[in-house]
Amino acid sequence: MAVLRVKFTKDKRDKLAQVLWILNWISVVTGAILFSLGIFLKVEINKRWELMAEKDIQYVPNMLIAVGLLACGINFLGGKICYDCVDTTKFLRWKLIMLPYIICTFFFTFCVLVGALMCYGMQSELEDALTMGLSEAMRFYKDTDTPGRCFLKRSMDMLQIEFKCCGNTGFRDWFQIQWISSRYLDTSQKEVVDRLRSNVEGKYLMDGVPFSCCNSNSPRPCIQWQITNSSAHFNYDYQTEELNLWMKGCRQALLDYYNHIMRSIGLTVLITWLFELSVLTGVRYLQTSLENVLRQGDPNCESDGWLLENSFVETARSNLNIIKNLGKCNQIDTTNNGDPNINIPSTSKADYGPDNVPPKQIPADS
Amino acid sequence: MAVGKVTFTKAEREKLAQLLWLLNWISVLTGVILFSLGLFLRVEIQKRQEVMSDQEILYVPHMLITTGLVACCINFLGGKICYECTDTSKFLRWKLVLLPYIVCTFFFTFCVLVGALMCYSIRNQLEESLFLGLRNAMRYYKDTDTPGRCFLKRTVDLLQMQFQCCGNAGYRDWFHVQWISNRYLDMTSSDVRDRLRSNVEGKYLMDGVPFSCCSTLSPRPCIQQQVTNNSAHYNYRHQTEQLNLWRRGCRQALLDHYTSIMRSIGLIVLLIWLFENVLRLGNPDCESDGWILENSLAETARSNFNIIKNLGKCYQVDDDPNINASPLSA
Repeated sequence: MAVLRVKFTKDKRDKLAQVLWILNWISVVTGAILFSLGIFLKVEINKRWELMAEKDIQYVPNMLIAVGLLACGINFLGGKICYDCVDTTKFLRWKLIMLPYIICTFFFTFCVLVGALMCYGMQSELEDALTMGLSEAMRFYKDTDTPGRCFLKRSMDMLQIEFKCCGNTGFRDWFQIQWISSRYLDTSQKEVVDRLRSNVEGKYLMDGVPFSCCNSNSPRPCIQWQITNSSAHFNYDYQTEELNLWMKGCRQALLDYYNHIMRSIGLTVLITWLFELSVLTGVRYLQTSLENVLRQGDPNCESDGWLLENSFVETARSNLNIIKNLGKCNQIDTTNNGDPNINIPSTSKADYGPDNVPPKQIPADS
Repeated sequence: MAVGKVTFTKAEREKLAQLLWLLNWISVLTGVILFSLGLFLRVEIQKRQEVMSDQEILYVPHMLITTGLVACCINFLGGKICYECTDTSKFLRWKLVLLPYIVCTFFFTFCVLVGALMCYSIRNQLEESLFLGLRNAMRYYKDTDTPGRCFLKRTVDLLQMQFQCCGNAGYRDWFHVQWISNRYLDMTSSDVRDRLRSNVEGKYLMDGVPFSCCSTLSPRPCIQQQVTNNSAHYNYRHQTEQLNLWRRGCRQALLDHYTSIMRSIGLIVLLIWLFENVLRLGNPDCESDGWILENSLAETARSNFNIIKNLGKCYQVDDDPNINASPLSA
């Protein structure tokens, strides 16, 4: 028994072909949208590449780009096929290609689903990459004279200004690293020397932050030095002051930003997947109904369309047998020396016509 | 004698009418472009209205918006007319409207040209407006507790960071204003009181700038206090230090920004004006013999002038030809 059998009249078939033609063209557009979303994501990740540690997250935008291009190609072909399916004579051209096309499209929709799930699964890897990348960037903030790291100060400053964040998890991260280069420290001064000696690694640590941490919403001029010292500044209480610096950490800010992008893209890909699946179902019905038309011979007759000719189990079993026999066709059968035409005595009764009279034996010539 | 008289066969006429219909719809599109350019310019000016002292430069985007809308209507009407020109019977409907329509479109294209030229001529007024606006913004930078001015600090900070500029003409402008509010000055400190007494107006002036003047391109952490004091910072010479603060003044930065926008808009509007002229030359060809003007230009001008003179004369009482004219012949 067929899976989900539906009867199709000629009109229904034609309408189905036309609708599928339009839907295939819409799918080409969604394929282009997927492609551009992939490019957008790639550009966004590359923009902040310096702040991410070496993690392989490029596979997500690459997958989206590939899927988008494939979608355009497959649906363009599908559109052409459906356009020709209105006419049974033109369908004959495509008859042999249609089944492989449907199988390919089925695997393709599976890839689309995988792409959507990847978008949601990328988040933890991104978080790791950002944590490591940001702590490295802060550590090398002062190394503006080292080639290969000289741009990190600017990147970090621009990031903090643009995303309104400070440090990795908060502004206190800046207290634990030396972000002022030794080139600008007067080592002849006692105060500087004391600070350098005050910790094991000989780093110049202080409770100050770079200017890019300053909050533009603050009503007072920015306090970036001696932040934890309430008496160093007039009318300033460090515990209650919230508007002076950006309170959010840059890791959280970037994660929120990228998660928002990935969620939107993931949703779009899921919708595309559902759409592609419905188009695929329509094409399968069209293919089976047109093949049944050809079997019956009359182009105007009603025909059945189905998803699978037999039930799932039987189809799986027959496909497995085909695959097994593909393997077997090169083996030689050991009985009869392998040749089925050799001398098998006839075990079945001969049929001599309606009255079952054996023919007269013709005597041999003497 | 007609100017530019050309004859057309019926098929040529139809093709011409269809081409003109298409061109008219393209010019509806250009009307939409004009409208959106005007809207864009208005939004850009509104964004920075706090640092501009007067809003009179808004007449430029308003002009563009109105000409854009008028362009859409006129070209929509022209499209309808040209479409119906293909059918001579329908053309009779529009025959009376055609000449006033053509006159209107001539005035309209003139307005478009004026709009384009305005975009180029506005620079001086803009500069004046920005100078006054920025000066006031810097003066009220510290008044974050005064309603109506509390947002100016944030506006100026964001402006300086976004446009990579500092002060009105340069960073030294901050040395002449008190940009730290008295709320955050410790009046008991002798330092503070000396500084307040050191100038006539009792302002707390110092050689420091807000954090938003800091350049992100600098290799060293930003020096924003005691900018002119070389000995206050290690390995620092303020005369040769170029990368520490933004060097450009915000007036210049904003002026460049708006001038480039207006120049691009002016160029696009000029191109649209040229396109419209080509269209106007083609439009009167809808008439069956394709005259550009019914009479020559000079005769037209003369006849229009006579019409205007007679409009004035119609209220004068003398020379009424119907009063008691003795018949010359019995």
